[in-house]
Amino acid sequence: MTVTAPVARKRSALTKGQLPAFAPYVVLAVALVLGAAILALIGFNAFGWGLVSAILFAIGLVGWSAVVEGGRKARDKLATCLIVGSFLVALLPLISVIWTVLVNGIPGIITPGFLTTSMNGVTGSLDNKSVDDGTKVLGGIYHAVLGTVQITLLATVISVPVGLLTAIYLVEYGNDRALARAITFFVDVMTGIPSIVAGLFSAAFFFAVVGPGTKTGAVAAVALSVLMIPVVVRSSEEMLKIVPNELREAAYALGVRKWRTILKVVIPTAISGIASGVTLAIARVIGETAPILVTAGFATTINNNVFGGWMASLPTFIYTQILNPTSPSNPDPSSQRAWGAALVLIILVMLLNLGARLIARIFAPKAGR
Amino acid sequence: MTTNSLTTSQGAGRAGDKVFSGATLAAGCLILVVLFGVALFLVIQAIPALVAPPSDIQGGQGFFAYIGPIVVGTLIAAVIALVIATPVAIGVALFISHYAPRRLASGLGYVVDLLAAIPSVVYGAWGAAFLAPQISPAYGWLATYMGWLPIFQGPASATGKTILTASIVLSVMVLPIITSLSREIFLQTPKLHEEAALALGATRWEMIKMAVLPFGRPGIVSAIMLGLGRALGETMAVALVLSSGALTASLIQTGNQTIAAEIALNFPEASGLKVSTLIAAGLVLFVITLGVNMIARWIISRHKEFSGAN
Repeated sequence: MTVTAPVARKRSALTKGQLPAFAPYVVLAVALVLGAAILALIGFNAFGWGLVSAILFAIGLVGWSAVVEGGRKARDKLATCLIVGSFLVALLPLISVIWTVLVNGIPGIITPGFLTTSMNGVTGSLDNKSVDDGTKVLGGIYHAVLGTVQITLLATVISVPVGLLTAIYLVEYGNDRALARAITFFVDVMTGIPSIVAGLFSAAFFFAVVGPGTKTGAVAAVALSVLMIPVVVRSSEEMLKIVPNELREAAYALGVRKWRTILKVVIPTAISGIASGVTLAIARVIGETAPILVTAGFATTINNNVFGGWMASLPTFIYTQILNPTSPSNPDPSSQRAWGAALVLIILVMLLNLGARLIARIFAPKAGR
Repeated sequence: MTTNSLTTSQGAGRAGDKVFSGATLAAGCLILVVLFGVALFLVIQAIPALVAPPSDIQGGQGFFAYIGPIVVGTLIAAVIALVIATPVAIGVALFISHYAPRRLASGLGYVVDLLAAIPSVVYGAWGAAFLAPQISPAYGWLATYMGWLPIFQGPASATGKTILTASIVLSVMVLPIITSLSREIFLQTPKLHEEAALALGATRWEMIKMAVLPFGRPGIVSAIMLGLGRALGETMAVALVLSSGALTASLIQTGNQTIAAEIALNFPEASGLKVSTLIAAGLVLFVITLGVNMIARWIISRHKEFSGAN
């Protein structure tokens, strides 16, 4: 009767020489306490506490493992610590950026009139006055939002037909010909064009064709199209490729011409993917600053004509407000406006990204399977 | 008999086929023309700067004396960014592909993709307003204790607006590119290789070392090259973060400049020959990034099975 108890207590040979399952938690608790103690000596801050504790945790766990489990297991533990650690390190800037923009941007965005007024007539002396008197910061981003929407819309109108037709050529007509392979290769290369070079190209093109110093919203839209077309081509191509061949063959068997098959069968099947790809492409170019900076100039007033006159946009508004504050002696109102605009821009981009996911999910073709 | 609208009007249908295939072909060729046009118009507008007498170019020593230090500055910033980003990116990619719980993996991948969604100007503003002041005490420490190294020579910048800060911001921006490409490739490692390694008693890290990394190596190399292309051409992070100046070896003093930031800072107010000079600088940047990207794409196309580029 008393024989069984010692046998149950004995650890199996297969699990001998392993750390117990609770080991990481114990080490973590010890590391957090020790880390807090060390930081208390040299001045406490949350970031340092996390860093010191993480290092202590890694040393403790790997050291314990080396003693109990041997070198191979210890190295495995070390690799796990480094890999999980690198993920946490990658999260830091994301959290920090979003936190910084929220904290600095909310005062700007809740100022009455921020979204509905332009910078027309807002001068350095007005900014100085609002700082001295503690009144609200005047001026807003209405002209910049309007400019961004117009430029992006025109860029989309240029890019989508070109990109979609190219994707159709590559998938339906290319047949892996030399030309199709060349287009695929150069589309990939185009993805890597630095955005400022795209802006310079558009500027150089219009300088040569229209006249030196031509800066309008349309020039910026052409620059953005150069960046947008390859994204549209790649995503549409992927979507067209996954349309089952049976659908095309069924249409051909009914005597339908190839172009009608593409327009009535292939594209409707792939439309959800294409639409979400286009939305992502818009999200990519809407935040581009450099190409707009060299092509559309800066404006402080509302400009409703894409083809004439300088035009403001959200990214260039942020850039100029930070680099050349409206009032050089009191940059705070300018930086408040810049962070408010940054928050609006991030919200726009996130909405577009979310929209792309929703489009892909809602309009996905109802598969028979 | 009802007429089927899809099959009636034979003549129009045949013409439609011709028009439609012609339109798609034209769109495809337009892309080649645009890429060619990028090079052509940059060259046309750059020529005045290349043939102008050296004394007329900024600095008075000719175009190549002007662009040389900026090219070096661009390379320094991009290389430091990659040195920082690559190990972290590969770690993150491995975490998502092999360490994270299966159910969380795609969500975590989306979180990393959010890093890519944030506009570059916001990173620039963050680097200038948050990172630079936070990091400048560390530069002071480096200048005091590591100052014997030329790259950490003091006195450190008090504002923290140095090439190293700009490179750190750049590394955050290239991280999602390298991560997403590497992740795709790691996920394509043959399951049988991984299971064979584990069945022979390998630990998870040994399995990754023996099965995943050798399989993914060309993909990692091309991902790094694509990241390099991005880091070379990134404008805002440098334009807003770095207080630029002459070429220096020290990474913690103000100084150095990159091509893209030089263009962004000077182009809006430029006129005449200065425009030409900046467009010529853009041409140099274009050629460098084109070379880097073509090598990366060539490596990917040699290994078709990694569809990481898609």
